[in-house]
Amino acid sequence: MYLSLLFYFIASIAVGSAIFVVLNRNAIYSAVSLVLCFFALAVLYLLLEAYFLAVLEIFIYAGAIMVLFLFAIMLLNLGREEALPRFMQLQRSLSLMLVLIFFFGIFLILFGSSEILDPPVEKFSGGGVYSLGEALFSKYLLPFEIASLLLLVGLIGTVYLAKRKI
Amino acid sequence: MVVPLEHVIALSMVLFSIGVLGVLFRRNAFTIFMSIELMLNAVNLALVGFSRYHNSVDGQVFVFLVMTLAAAEVAVGLAIIIALYRNRQTVNIDEINLMKN
Repeated sequence: MYLSLLFYFIASIAVGSAIFVVLNRNAIYSAVSLVLCFFALAVLYLLLEAYFLAVLEIFIYAGAIMVLFLFAIMLLNLGREEALPRFMQLQRSLSLMLVLIFFFGIFLILFGSSEILDPPVEKFSGGGVYSLGEALFSKYLLPFEIASLLLLVGLIGTVYLAKRKI
Repeated sequence: MVVPLEHVIALSMVLFSIGVLGVLFRRNAFTIFMSIELMLNAVNLALVGFSRYHNSVDGQVFVFLVMTLAAAEVAVGLAIIIALYRNRQTVNIDEINLMKN
């Protein structure tokens, strides 16, 4: 009971900070608000019994990725984004309409048919390091190796892009 | 489960829609990139919810792989944005039209 209340509270924090990310003109404020959103998502993972992923969310997203973001934003020393010229305001309302159509489209598809949702399994065994590691190194060994290759490619690409003249 | 699966999916949908809105609304390349991260996280949340619901660890493996992808993507993407800023002195995507002519 208390846990479900906590879920809704944290979910509202996540949605609020996500809205702040999108609506803010200053990129630094957006980045800090996104960190808050990631922490809220980590708590949600804990409530869904994905303990290892909750730790990874804080390590990778809030730690590595957002520090990189803040570093890049502060390196370029950007100001506020200037307001949109008048003749392009139509674009904004049009995009809002598109997103609403998208949202209700998914809503209808997901909740139109209810037979996919059986009563949930109460006892959950996975979520720790052991079960995740077992799956990663047996059933998903090839995707795991490909992910390491992807990281290598990303590393080489970043080093190349950081050269003085491209 | 703490809450029904529908509520997790609904939260994931809301976060994903906010991310799409950010990509369409903003013209700062950094904010657009952050909105893409937000969308990835929304999908991660849905995967974790389904994994808990079906009592299987497969969804969490996917989340793990998505996080790896996000790390690589951010490194390359920020390098591209900084290279772009070096050449054009702007990160406003409306002013970046090198391929237009």
